Amino acid sequence: MDILEVKDLSVKVEGKLILKNLHFNLKEKASHILFGPNGSGKTTLISTIMGFPGYEVVSGKILFRGVDITNKTVDERAKLGIIVSFQNPPEITGVKLGDLLKLCLGKAASDEFSAVELKQIEAFRLTEFLNRDVNLGFSGGERKRSEILQSIFLKPTLLLLDEPDSGVDVESLKMITTEIQNYVASTGSSALIITHKGDILEYIKASYGCILLNGQFHCYKDPMRIYEDIKRLGYEECVACRVRTSEGWKNEQRK
Amino acid sequence: MSKESDLTKLPHKILEEAQKAGLETREKNRSATFFHLNQETVAASVNELYEGKLELMDIKAALKKYSWLEDYMWKLVKKDKDEYTKKVAEDYSGGYFMRIMPDAEISFPLQSCLMITQKNLEQRVHNIIIAEENSKAHIITSCVQHSSVPNASHLGISEIYVKKGAMLNFTMIHQWSEKTLVRPRSGAQVDDKATFVSNYVCMRPVRDVQMYPFANCVGEDSRVSFNSILYGHKGSLLDIGSKAVLTGKGSKAEMVSRAITREGSKMIIRGMIEGDNSDCKGHMECRGLIMDNDSFIQSIPELIATKKGVEITHEAAVGKISEKEITYLMTRKLSREQAISLIIRGFMDVSILGLPEALNKEIKAIVNSSAGAE
Repeated sequence: MDILEVKDLSVKVEGKLILKNLHFNLKEKASHILFGPNGSGKTTLISTIMGFPGYEVVSGKILFRGVDITNKTVDERAKLGIIVSFQNPPEITGVKLGDLLKLCLGKAASDEFSAVELKQIEAFRLTEFLNRDVNLGFSGGERKRSEILQSIFLKPTLLLLDEPDSGVDVESLKMITTEIQNYVASTGSSALIITHKGDILEYIKASYGCILLNGQFHCYKDPMRIYEDIKRLGYEECVACRVRTSEGWKNEQRK
Repeated sequence: MSKESDLTKLPHKILEEAQKAGLETREKNRSATFFHLNQETVAASVNELYEGKLELMDIKAALKKYSWLEDYMWKLVKKDKDEYTKKVAEDYSGGYFMRIMPDAEISFPLQSCLMITQKNLEQRVHNIIIAEENSKAHIITSCVQHSSVPNASHLGISEIYVKKGAMLNFTMIHQWSEKTLVRPRSGAQVDDKATFVSNYVCMRPVRDVQMYPFANCVGEDSRVSFNSILYGHKGSLLDIGSKAVLTGKGSKAEMVSRAITREGSKMIIRGMIEGDNSDCKGHMECRGLIMDNDSFIQSIPELIATKKGVEITHEAAVGKISEKEITYLMTRKLSREQAISLIIRGFMDVSILGLPEALNKEIKAIVNSSAGAE
């Protein structure tokens, strides 16, 4: 069963065509690691799935659990279960992280966190930040931890993560990725995770390794091998080699 | 000075209106209460727990009691400063005299309410606050025009003395009406190692407010902060400034304003920090949001240095709410309207006022009830 179906999707950003006739599916209860060179459109893809303003769908459709979401607003998509974690989240003056986390949990600002929630906040080393303005003066790692915790509190069925590993120290990376893995595994959710590095594969049991290259989405089993091949051969050759041997996305997913 | 407050004798409707502007009518969490209704002081009392630690009475009564008080009148604000000060100098109906005794630490705030319920009234008051050496207190003063009253004006002179080592946090909440003309004229003097925090909160629509309070940091290591939270709506005209003059060695000034303008309102935010000592510092921050095309906002920061070694900085930004912030909150399942409302409430963050927790909560409720209702 597919959680997300992207059909012949073309997307313009500031008048420029970034994604052209993209066609792929994401599996239910599976994590997908998305690789791709800088500028290949990975962030554009996630932003389009989320429905961000400025990402103009010029053709095609996006279906989430069979529902056409192409024209739905960001909050409608979030309420359906698609949650994104930002690579560069904005600072919001005067809005306290604690209050935002409560919103993510569906609580009112006057409600208290449960013991379990407090424990999780502590695990993310964010207890000291609850009374701080969202992202204001947070380091790169602190922002990442805050983003991932918010995402988990929002209980997604499809989690979109844009480079959760960038600018994060080794210890935080282990904690963040372990928490993501625990969440995804325990809830049977899916994830699409953009990364440039393979380190997260140590903790996230991903089913698929995908490559966005020249406007095309390629998806294969064994993401660790994909990562090793990219390192060894480069993106182009990694894909070309698999196309030659027919070990491709289309064959796997359209059988 | 009566120990019993006379608040209970006031009509319920009046108290209700005052409550919305922060007046604690049961007085249990206040150290002293002052109420000036139209042209008469109807309550002036000190909570018995604080007797001997502070004084609160009508200024006219205080002038009779203390001959030395004359020396504090019209010292910081000049009688002939403008037409409004001249009018108050000619005749006024009263005002408060607050004095926090040396070394007294007052945990609950002193409160005052100046209210207009009479049509076409020109309320004229003169207030004096003296924070004696090493004292510590918070004052919350609300100025209210009853919503049923048409045209009126309020002319208020306030002179504030923060003596050596004292800390005074003064929060003024304006809840005027769309028909009120408001002209407060305030001056403060801050002595050695003393701190003066002057907060201004204006949430309700008002016809026209113009004010430019100033503080002279004459003392060594003296500090002044001016903070304002301004919500201009329904055609309000707000011309709000603050001025700090740093003459004391090691003196510091900080100004923070958060302003929102909408529905045809006009807002001018001024700030001036003048550094007259080679060892002084100042910083000014003004942020303004404009919500529609019928409104106007202008930020006018002025930084003046007259000595080498002065360090004064400022940052200012005016414009619309960031789309990225709205989208971000929408990814957290908030609708666009809910996201905007949350950003506005956050923008008018009362924690910039440096209030103790309980008072912070009260003021936050006042701000949120106005801004959250959009």
